[in-house]
Amino acid sequence: MPLRSRSAPRTRPPERVDVRRSTGPPKEHRVAGHGSPCVHSLPSAASSHLPNFGPRRVTGTVPVPPPPTHAATDGGNWKEHQKVKLQRKNGLRATALGALAISGALVLTACGSDNNTDADTGGEKTSAASNIKCDEAKGQILAAGSSAQKNAMDVWVNAFQAACSGVEVNYQAIGSGGGITKFNQGQVAFAGSDSALKPEEVEESKKICKGGQGINLPMVGGPVAIGYNLEGVDNLVLDATTIAKIFDSKITKWNDPAIAKLNPDAKLPDSSIQAFHRSDESGTTQNLHKYLSEAAPADWKHDPKSKSWLAPGGQAANGSSGVASQVKQTQGSIGYFELSYAASQSISTVKLDTGAAAPVEATSENASKAIAAAKIKGTGKDLALSLDYKTKVEGAYPIILVTYEIACDKGNKAETLPTLKAFLNYTAGEEGQKVLSEAGYAPLPAEIATKVREIVPTLS
Amino acid sequence: MRGKTRPGDRIFLGLSRGAGISLLVIMAAIAGFLAYRAGIAISKDDANFLTESEWNPAGNPPVFGIAVLAFGTIVSSVIAMIIAVPVAIGIALFISHYAPRKLAAPLAYVVDLLAAVPSIIYGLWGALFLVPYLDGLNSWLDEYLGWTYIFEKTGEGVARNLFTVGILLAIMILPIITNVTREVFLQVPKMHEEAALALGATRWEVIRMSVLPFGRSGIISASMLGLGRALGETMAVAVVLSPSFIISGHLLDPGGGTFAQNIAAKFNEADGFGRDALIASGLVLFVITLLVNGAARAIIARRKEYSGANA
Repeated sequence: MPLRSRSAPRTRPPERVDVRRSTGPPKEHRVAGHGSPCVHSLPSAASSHLPNFGPRRVTGTVPVPPPPTHAATDGGNWKEHQKVKLQRKNGLRATALGALAISGALVLTACGSDNNTDADTGGEKTSAASNIKCDEAKGQILAAGSSAQKNAMDVWVNAFQAACSGVEVNYQAIGSGGGITKFNQGQVAFAGSDSALKPEEVEESKKICKGGQGINLPMVGGPVAIGYNLEGVDNLVLDATTIAKIFDSKITKWNDPAIAKLNPDAKLPDSSIQAFHRSDESGTTQNLHKYLSEAAPADWKHDPKSKSWLAPGGQAANGSSGVASQVKQTQGSIGYFELSYAASQSISTVKLDTGAAAPVEATSENASKAIAAAKIKGTGKDLALSLDYKTKVEGAYPIILVTYEIACDKGNKAETLPTLKAFLNYTAGEEGQKVLSEAGYAPLPAEIATKVREIVPTLS
Repeated sequence: MRGKTRPGDRIFLGLSRGAGISLLVIMAAIAGFLAYRAGIAISKDDANFLTESEWNPAGNPPVFGIAVLAFGTIVSSVIAMIIAVPVAIGIALFISHYAPRKLAAPLAYVVDLLAAVPSIIYGLWGALFLVPYLDGLNSWLDEYLGWTYIFEKTGEGVARNLFTVGILLAIMILPIITNVTREVFLQVPKMHEEAALALGATRWEVIRMSVLPFGRSGIISASMLGLGRALGETMAVAVVLSPSFIISGHLLDPGGGTFAQNIAAKFNEADGFGRDALIASGLVLFVITLLVNGAARAIIARRKEYSGANA
């Protein structure tokens, strides 16, 4: 083909000039053969997708912290960010104090940028509207951890900040694992976690808690609802064994004899069960695992401690909201999520045949009854719970999630200790527990709540 | 060059040299970090890291491997390439050689705009719009092409599968491939085209004989750029895919997983060791991307002779 001949003179420049790129380097440098497009265009390719590496959960209204996933690419930067933030706060507070004493003009600027000035000048404040005791609380405390208690935290933080002016509690829902890591690095005053500290994590916490160790304080409970979408069936009753078999793909039809036996009156269709589970790691998954492996040990052989789903088969979705919306959309589906998601999307929930006289519905109240059956396995000030998933107490709903706040029993940082104590006093107190059921959580049963209230004031 | 160098020259030399060196240092730091953390994880892995499909680093003993992730990443990217490359070449040819000037500029602008959409938006669009609408296509493929095995649908479930992910990725990498190939097609020596026309070639023949051969290496490098993006795409895949830890050749069944999607899904709740394991999978993705880029460069270097680029 003569047209491809390289001997053709190329003295004339290309006539077609790309106006949009006319400020770029001379054309000859961008000719394809050099393979340079790879290098030239990479930044734009990267920048268009890197920022989206960020937070997956779009919940709540509280400003979302630097996404934890950043740590994947750049662990150091994340820490730096926290440090800088803290320093800035402290710096501003110092500025504000100095400004109060010296210059009115400066006070204005300080107040404009930071509202910690109130806290520094004020002493004990008690809001007229509520019984929240602020005591010595002041300034900002950082906390991070479980996203399962995020909604409860939002409610608490709002109420607490409204009552105690100048106090800021910044809870970052980065996940339990991340929260514990941050706590053990001394970056947060307390961590929220779906599971109690492991022994090696307790060991590690001794470095941060001078003279003490990290302890688990149960704070929020919640029922994990089994939601389903099956036309014409309103009161589905299942027991642990059938749930285990459904999620393990051993029961695949809705009219399976095992389901029919539990629901003699229901008209069960001959359609496939589409079981949805979480695609991300989650304390919710872990608690369902624990429940299934204790209540149906013969039918659930997967590792009960795993936070990620291990059973083969089924479909997955990202986050509780993802599972809930899939169940909502898909006929013949079943899935698990926190009760609040079932309520907000009006998804029917399974009643549980626990062996009690009547099947138990997933409600905050029933979950509290099941938490009451738990035993405290922690020693000393540690209140880690050992949940009784096999409870047959009347009206106790045993698929539950208890989330802890993790703080030091001794050796909390002096500057955050008063706020920490005041805040946990409020959350564990009647005032704080009262608001939980509205947010879809279960209040702590009286016995456990009393113990938490005894421990919190002794933190030092 | 004799005489004394001017300070401007020296400063510029220093700046550009510094930029070059810092790039290498950053790459080395990333590779070092990945390798170090991955080493911790892999040494404790109870299974073969490359062939295991389960992912349970929190287990006792920890068991995790990348088989499913590597499979899903490559399969979804290949689907994306099969769909996107021909379409992108078509768009680029249309913009550079067919469209009237008044249409070409806005069209190019729209393609650029497509690249500016954040991937989470693609993900949401994919999950809420594309997935329900692909159900019909999936049943059709299953019915008429089910005999091919890959299009056989063995279970129930909506279209949250590797095939859908491939289609979504194709849309996402379309603009980058289109832009680069368009630039290359615009570089085709006018003389080649005019020579072809003078010999009586039709427009299609001009493209076949002068534009495509000239642009071949450009097309390849553009495709590799697109492939790089498809391999590393995270959020859109995490939102659309229903992941599982089974390798299945049935593309229409929900399941599979990709490296980036798995990291995004597991990172939040992972403890220290779990993160190391995820970083180990990230290292594999890093290596795959390096290999892809290396392969692209090798192909380009070999084709240089024919491309006319060095004429």
